Amino acid sequence: MKDIAVVGIGLIKWGELWEKSFRDMCVEAALACLEDAGTDRVDAVTIGTMTTGIFVGQEHLDSIIPDYLGRRLTPAIRVESACSSGGMAVRGAFVEVASGLSDFVLAIGVEKMTDISGAEATYALATAADQENEAFHGVTFPGLYAMMARAHMHRYGTSRDQLAQVAVKNHHNGSLNTYAQFPFEVTLDAVKRSTMVADPLRLLDCSPITDGAAAVLLAPVEEARKLGKKPLVKITGVGNATDTIALAHRHDLLRLEAVEMATQRALGMAGKKIEDIDFAEVHDCFTIAEIMVLEAMGVVEPGRGGPATAEGMTALDGSFPVNPSGGLKSKGHPVGATGVAQICEAVTQLRGEAEKRQIPGARSALTQNMGGSGASCVVHILEVES
Amino acid sequence: MKVARHWREIPHRYRMEAVRCLKCQALFFPRRLICPECGNREFKTERLSGRGTLLTFTVTEVAPQGFEDQIPYAVGIVEMDEGVRVMGQITDCDPAHLKIGDRMATQFRRIREEGKTGIIMYAYKFVPDLGL
Repeated sequence: MKDIAVVGIGLIKWGELWEKSFRDMCVEAALACLEDAGTDRVDAVTIGTMTTGIFVGQEHLDSIIPDYLGRRLTPAIRVESACSSGGMAVRGAFVEVASGLSDFVLAIGVEKMTDISGAEATYALATAADQENEAFHGVTFPGLYAMMARAHMHRYGTSRDQLAQVAVKNHHNGSLNTYAQFPFEVTLDAVKRSTMVADPLRLLDCSPITDGAAAVLLAPVEEARKLGKKPLVKITGVGNATDTIALAHRHDLLRLEAVEMATQRALGMAGKKIEDIDFAEVHDCFTIAEIMVLEAMGVVEPGRGGPATAEGMTALDGSFPVNPSGGLKSKGHPVGATGVAQICEAVTQLRGEAEKRQIPGARSALTQNMGGSGASCVVHILEVES
Repeated sequence: MKVARHWREIPHRYRMEAVRCLKCQALFFPRRLICPECGNREFKTERLSGRGTLLTFTVTEVAPQGFEDQIPYAVGIVEMDEGVRVMGQITDCDPAHLKIGDRMATQFRRIREEGKTGIIMYAYKFVPDLGL
């Protein structure tokens, strides 16, 4: 298997982008990525998106995207894994390059979420839950994570303030990120007084509805060296795992076993331990999710995610910074684009180009992207060459 | 929703039918074709008692399409006395008084209607178990 480098990254400013279609967003992110890579070569494309079919009535993106990129006849494949579609598109590109099938593979993530109403979007997202055993009963994604939050608070004593600290921290980081949908700070009080969505989770515990796209270009390390204009960032580990789609069917409601396994697989492939990683971009679709992911990845013991957050461990200047980009919470969560954008942030940090939110001396990063209530997870380990 | 899609789920939605693995005795609700614990493919059908203990719950304030007129409504996960876990709505109570560990019982209830001409979907919901 070949060693793989991320040779280009491309983002657009996320938000409610009424003037842009999903095609426009993909093209803009891809152009930014190729500009960053300093090459025009794309041998194949992978596209991660959760449900353009419900959001805009359009499937078959593997045809549309190459065409609108001006690259008709390029091989392309669309990948779907709910909110981890983006990360899985990157994994697909990794596998394709590593196998030797293609050299330069462009992974694009996209979601166009604001062309439908809030109730329709809530329904669209709920298709990532078990239709017959969860969505049938009217449960929503905030509802599923709210049930995890309540059980976590009951078993471990995780507090309302600790949940809110995740949002406060991520909004602070996002306030330093010009690509973020909500680049502003929020106070602990504002989170705790925001509108109730699914008790105990409030509006500011939830990631938003977002339009956005992101792109990365992967290539074998030997090809990447020829481009040679930036510090070389390699993907040294990839891990993926799946779990029951229904939350009620898990052995333990408070263990994200797919996250545990995907993390162990990625770290194992990279020959690293979690202590060797300098920072992480994780899937904070809800405040409780970041806390539970920290525990599943082995950053802290089960039940310690809340206190560790409140003590500042995961802050930009903490011992293990989490979500320097602002995370899904502040940067936005265009579901299919999220996993790709996590790679963009990891590369930006490892190149030392993150400006005000730069983690000094960062050499290794972990990105963790998950679908549903933790039913699928993909983890990447990235390292910069010295 | 097409009639057949709801009709084929009736055994568990109307009758609380679970399946027990004939090899490892693990119980599943609703039915499956392969036992995820031991890989066996032979099961026998068992009806759940409908009684259990509340493991966790939420009160939904922002509903998906089709449930907008029901807010606020409680949804929870109940560990049935037979050991399987079941997610469902919790009704006939003030959600403010719910707490983890409460005893629950299933009742046969309307879940939702599909407009004026669509089907009316029924299934179990949970209510506080008053021992009646």
